[in-house]
Amino acid sequence: MKTENQKAWLFVLPVLLLVAFNALIPIMTVVNYSVQETFGDNLFFWEGLGWFEQILRSDRFHSALGRQFLFTFLILIIEVPLGIIIALSMPKKGIWVPVCLVTMALPMLIPWNVVGAMWNIFTLPDIGLLGYFINNTLGIEYNMTRSPIAAWITIVTMDVWHWTSLVVLLSYAGLVSIPDAYYQAAKIDGASPWKVFRYIQLPKMKTVLTIAILLRFMDSFNIYTEPFVLTGGGPGNSTTLLSIDLVKIALGQFDLGPAAAMSLIYFAITLLVSWLFYTLMTKDDAK
Amino acid sequence: MAKITLKNLRHSYLPNPKGREDFALKEIDLDWQDGGAYALLGPSGCGKSTLLNIISGLLHPSEGAILFDDKDVTHLPPDQRNIAQVFQFPVIYDTMTVYDNLAFPLRNRGVAAARVDERVREIAEMLEVTEMLGTRASHLSPDNKQKISMGRGLVRDDVNVVMFDEPLTVIDPHLKWKLRSKLKELHQRVKATMIYVTHDQTEALTFADQVVVMQDGEVVQIGTPVELFERPQHTFVGHFIGSPGMNVLPAAEDKGKVSLNGQAIAVEGKVMGAGGNIQLGIRPEFVSLSDAGLQARVRKVSDIGRHCVVEAMVGDTSIKAVVEGEVPPQGAEIHLAFRQDQTRLYRDGWLATEVTP
Repeated sequence: MKTENQKAWLFVLPVLLLVAFNALIPIMTVVNYSVQETFGDNLFFWEGLGWFEQILRSDRFHSALGRQFLFTFLILIIEVPLGIIIALSMPKKGIWVPVCLVTMALPMLIPWNVVGAMWNIFTLPDIGLLGYFINNTLGIEYNMTRSPIAAWITIVTMDVWHWTSLVVLLSYAGLVSIPDAYYQAAKIDGASPWKVFRYIQLPKMKTVLTIAILLRFMDSFNIYTEPFVLTGGGPGNSTTLLSIDLVKIALGQFDLGPAAAMSLIYFAITLLVSWLFYTLMTKDDAK
Repeated sequence: MAKITLKNLRHSYLPNPKGREDFALKEIDLDWQDGGAYALLGPSGCGKSTLLNIISGLLHPSEGAILFDDKDVTHLPPDQRNIAQVFQFPVIYDTMTVYDNLAFPLRNRGVAAARVDERVREIAEMLEVTEMLGTRASHLSPDNKQKISMGRGLVRDDVNVVMFDEPLTVIDPHLKWKLRSKLKELHQRVKATMIYVTHDQTEALTFADQVVVMQDGEVVQIGTPVELFERPQHTFVGHFIGSPGMNVLPAAEDKGKVSLNGQAIAVEGKVMGAGGNIQLGIRPEFVSLSDAGLQARVRKVSDIGRHCVVEAMVGDTSIKAVVEGEVPPQGAEIHLAFRQDQTRLYRDGWLATEVTP
């Protein structure tokens, strides 16, 4: 006999509460701020969509968004191919496998703010190992606190150092799952190394690569700690990415309304790009 | 198309093989005629896949040589040997269409587009996959995938040999039969030398003109399916082939007189050699119930459809007999008779009787 009652809801309740407290309530608070003007003493005035309009029309937002896209584009275009190349050249069996894997995983284990601090000291022209080497041994002017180009090179290099491993490890997982018979068949079919990559390795890596790119996109698009510790958004505003700008508006200027509107727009963009990318990448499989 | 010769082939996976047991393949000498259908039959781990990979060039033998039409190819890489291999699990290029899959080996060798098209359509028709040519290969069922990987082997008209490494493992039972007869038909049409590796005797016996039975890295017997069934050269072949396999019974021999459990048994002919471990071999098909003969007690009767298999005990030895019609009940005392021309003596595993002319 099937008994009908509403007890099943009790099982869902803990999750509902958890999601409410860590996602729903915070995001609704942000929505609440984004349509109001706040003053001290908890005074609120209705603003409607005014803040959204202001943010979307502001040059400051446009340039921060532009820098953000440029940063994400650069690190993806470097980390994904580099990660695949490293994964392809890693040994498939033997004692070097664990050595390679652990070495690869090391950068990812270091906390974000430590990475920023490390690279800050590393690149200082007077005492940093790299900074000193480039400036004094190679004789090339390199100072990320003064030159925007140097600052950009530093934050991109830092991110590549920190996160290429993720692409490597995921690609490697995809590669080792390919049975030997595929390589043997390709040999017999007379396929060149490029064709082996194009028709065997790449298709087999596709699923994990989609995840890797998605993770790297979301992570780099929301990056805050490392560039903040390293350059603080400078020199000038040259490395002020969206998240750094957002924190400046919210906590620096305490403009909660515009900051809330901006973070919602920011969120929408991240979501939209991720969704578009994922849909496009998985479209073929559904056919 | 080519004749294949294996000369003193030995292979070990160890860098410095010492004893005989270090070798996965021990001394193989074989001659395969151009256009023949051969099967390599043996239990898992007997070295048949090793042998196949050596012929295809994926492995280099530790010793010995492989000749295609008397040309030494031992040191040639797989793509220069002009061979084709179909693997246990279908290997297809997921992102390509069926057409591109079939065309792949030709395009890699720079064959002209018109010729590629002609060959692909010809092979597709042979395999009955013409209507699938435009679909993505990843959407096919396992048996069609396996057909495509066979097709990739057959599409080149210059292949020396097509090799099959247990190609029907992942195929559903009812499709196995279809694909097997398809293979046989293909062999008759393309006339390429084909080598089929399997541990399934039905597959080997239905496909091949000549079956090579292997055990522990050695060739035990080469022969037609009928020869393997009727005159196994080794007890291993006897019980590996046939269902149920040959009765191999501990026996005694003294100056050509053979006895089982103290009773004299007539064998097919003259006994050769002396000493060693003596065994009698007789297929269950040639053991019959009779009024006189070996005394036995029925232990088990299994009905396997067309006939029954009666398992009876003579002393501590169990003997199987294939019986048609009425069978005795369990526990009954019966007498067994051996057909003399099918009763053989094995010394240390090897056949030791000669047929009297």
